[in-house]
Amino acid sequence: MTPVRVPVHFRSGSPVDTIDHVNTGTSRRLEVRGVAKQFEGQSVLRGVDLTVEKGTSVTLLGPSGCGKTTLLRVIAGLERPEQGAVTLGDRILAGGGKFVPPEKRRIGMVFQDWALFPHLDVAANVAYGLPKDPSDRGRAVADALNMVGLSGFENRMPSTLSGGEQQRVAIARAIAPRPDALLLDEPFSNLDAGLRATVRSDTRALLRDLEMTTLFVTHDQGEAFVLGDEVAVMRDGVIHQQAPADQLYSSPVDPWVATFVGEANLLLADANGQSARTILGDIPLAEQAFGPRTVLLRPEQIYLSPGSAGEVKSVEFYGHDCSYRVEVDGTEVIVRSIAAPVFTRGDYVSLSYQGPGAVAYPAS
Amino acid sequence: MALIVTPIVIVGLGAFSPSADVWRQLWEGPLPEMLWTTVALLVLVGGGTIVLGTALAWLTTAFDFPGRRWFTWALMLPLAMPAYILGFVFLALFDFAGPVQTAMRSIFGTNVWFPDVTSVGGVAIVMSLSLYPYVYILARAAMREQAPATYEAARMLGDSRRAALLRVVLPMARPSLAAGSALVMMETLTDFATVQYFNVQTVSVGIYQVWRGMFDRETAVELAALVLLIALIVIGVERLLRGPARFHQRGAPRDIERVALFGWRKALAIGACWAVLGAAILVPIAQLLYWLLTSPAVVTDLSRGLEYLSNSLGLAVAAAIAAMFFALLAAGGARFSGRTLVRRAAHLVTVGYAVPGPVVAIGVLVMIGWVTSGAGSNPAGLVVASLTGLVYAYVVRFMALAYGSVDASLEKITPATVDAAHTLGANPSRVMRQVYFPMAGAGAAAGAVLVAIDVLKELPIVLLVRPFGFTTASVWVWELASESRWAAAAIPALLIVLTAMVPIAFYLRRERLSRGSAVALETRLTTAGRS
Repeated sequence: MTPVRVPVHFRSGSPVDTIDHVNTGTSRRLEVRGVAKQFEGQSVLRGVDLTVEKGTSVTLLGPSGCGKTTLLRVIAGLERPEQGAVTLGDRILAGGGKFVPPEKRRIGMVFQDWALFPHLDVAANVAYGLPKDPSDRGRAVADALNMVGLSGFENRMPSTLSGGEQQRVAIARAIAPRPDALLLDEPFSNLDAGLRATVRSDTRALLRDLEMTTLFVTHDQGEAFVLGDEVAVMRDGVIHQQAPADQLYSSPVDPWVATFVGEANLLLADANGQSARTILGDIPLAEQAFGPRTVLLRPEQIYLSPGSAGEVKSVEFYGHDCSYRVEVDGTEVIVRSIAAPVFTRGDYVSLSYQGPGAVAYPAS
Repeated sequence: MALIVTPIVIVGLGAFSPSADVWRQLWEGPLPEMLWTTVALLVLVGGGTIVLGTALAWLTTAFDFPGRRWFTWALMLPLAMPAYILGFVFLALFDFAGPVQTAMRSIFGTNVWFPDVTSVGGVAIVMSLSLYPYVYILARAAMREQAPATYEAARMLGDSRRAALLRVVLPMARPSLAAGSALVMMETLTDFATVQYFNVQTVSVGIYQVWRGMFDRETAVELAALVLLIALIVIGVERLLRGPARFHQRGAPRDIERVALFGWRKALAIGACWAVLGAAILVPIAQLLYWLLTSPAVVTDLSRGLEYLSNSLGLAVAAAIAAMFFALLAAGGARFSGRTLVRRAAHLVTVGYAVPGPVVAIGVLVMIGWVTSGAGSNPAGLVVASLTGLVYAYVVRFMALAYGSVDASLEKITPATVDAAHTLGANPSRVMRQVYFPMAGAGAAAGAVLVAIDVLKELPIVLLVRPFGFTTASVWVWELASESRWAAAAIPALLIVLTAMVPIAFYLRRERLSRGSAVALETRLTTAGRS
């Protein structure tokens, strides 16, 4: 048990700033290898590999129906995988004929609808997963509630709490037993947009301070980038890429990941070594290539000036930036610039690329 | 709308103007024992149905074994077997002259001991078997709709399956269990026919004997008020048990992970389901069929049987139409007037379903008395008044079924739908024809069928209110069974059971262990609680 100082991040909590006796627990490395799962003949997971290093967080990002919630339930032990292995630290949780039931896994889970026990008050909810031995119980409950800024809520019933408060009780309940890893299934999707951003960064900061091995599930790209040290992108039961957010954005492994994690211009190109010829002229490449390729240019890497190469088809102003759609030789190119619009529909412009070497994919 | 509540109010007022003479007489007579028997029966049947219903619900929700899907549905079928039919088959099989005891005597000798079946215990077994589906349906709905997410949360926090059941699933199902057993007790209070086969004297039996045997109106009203009081206590206790807890979870209902059973546990699960089904419905139907095929008495009774059956059908159709008419008035009025007072009043019309049958019957009888006392003693007028009263009593008692169906269908027609029709140029009559009728028609028809079938099965009210010489199929079953002419009772009994099975087979099956039916059952109780 290492005493550490845990700042209280959540707003509207108690005036206490630090807790001096928190156990950072026994956070462990979570590893998933080759996990496959079918439902009624339909393959939902087809050989998933995923690693969450000890004390770090990974976000599992994918469109709805891609299998991410199923993967989370397999890790939790709520579903049995047909193939593959799940390990936590040096313990095998599933695989090789072994299957540890959920209650023996020491994994915490925050459910999408929070799944609080409606017949128990807040304190009893948070104490639910603690050992029966009463010596430290009260303390652990108070600490967990303090961490999420809900001291004084002990005797309230869940139905009397707001959505944000229920969500925080769910987190306190999951971390109170000091699990080896924590899973969160779209934990912010039931919150109002205004509340979501603050609760999200508070949760992230708390889990980082606790050095909790954490796996978030989300379908929201922005959320994924904020929450995870790394982001794993999943589609049709397979992880396409796991990488830190900036790397994922700049060097996606395939065109699908490129478009899923942000707006993308995928232009046909003719590569000749270090650069490739496109409708925007010669573009430098990140890696040497030859022949027909598709290159990825992010909208913010393209700049407009008065000219005659393309015609502005539409302008959308968002406040902090604006977005143009420009037609060049029959191809639509998206351009984003941080300023109020200077061109209007029907203007003729020329386009230039300014950025590092672009990623090139085999032409489809 | 006031008409619907009047009979209950009449009886309720009886409680406020007790006559000392009547009470002294009752108290020194059979009343203390009747009260004691009633309470014992309520406790036994309430407990029995909770155990049976909850255990079967958990078995079919949490475990997997061959035939589970079929059992989940089939275990609701005993709803179609009225206690007054199950009761006489039970007696025929188990009393001194019945096959079970005869067989035991031939094996173990003439002095073999057998429990006395004509006892409170015997009735409690019969009623538990015919009423447990109320608890079963509500418990299953609670386990499916509320528990899965919280059950999984409990598992993640270190609970084994058994611990999660005891700490989360059962506590969360408690309000539904309380509601289900309160409904069961209401039905138990209503019955005074089955208990008479077993020589068991409840307060409801007292009402019947006092009214039919002694024509003592004042005493009957006082006793009915007592039954109403017991009903209110039951509802009060249910409220208390339920507390403020009404657990609703987001998300679609789904099953918790089921564990496949093997070996002796599998055999035990299947055996338990078959045992309940067998005792509650299969053996009784087999016995009725056996009587039907072997008894020569059947044919001679056929023409009378047809007359009684047509009486039943006529009554059922009349009550269904009348109930639907009032339901449309009340539901439509509530919807279109938009005033909260009207809406509350509309809800009040469903109270009758939660009030024991004899209370409604006595209230209606008192009203018939007022009407006919002015008209002198014209016998034809008396018959008409009684028949009208009978239909009226049924409307009061079964209004909730019709109202619920109509209200649910109207619910689907949002104001925007109607506005859309109007903006597209439809005049009010076209909106009526092309929007309301097609959208609400099916629901209204289903409600009417439900009312008709409940009337067909119904016994206590028709026994009390019917004019002299008017017999229905259910009354006929009861009369024959009371004279121990069991074989002759087989035909009408089978007809009633098979008819009652039709809506369960189609309606409940289609709704897939229906959220709808569970809600309908619960509505009965919540409305009762408000009265």
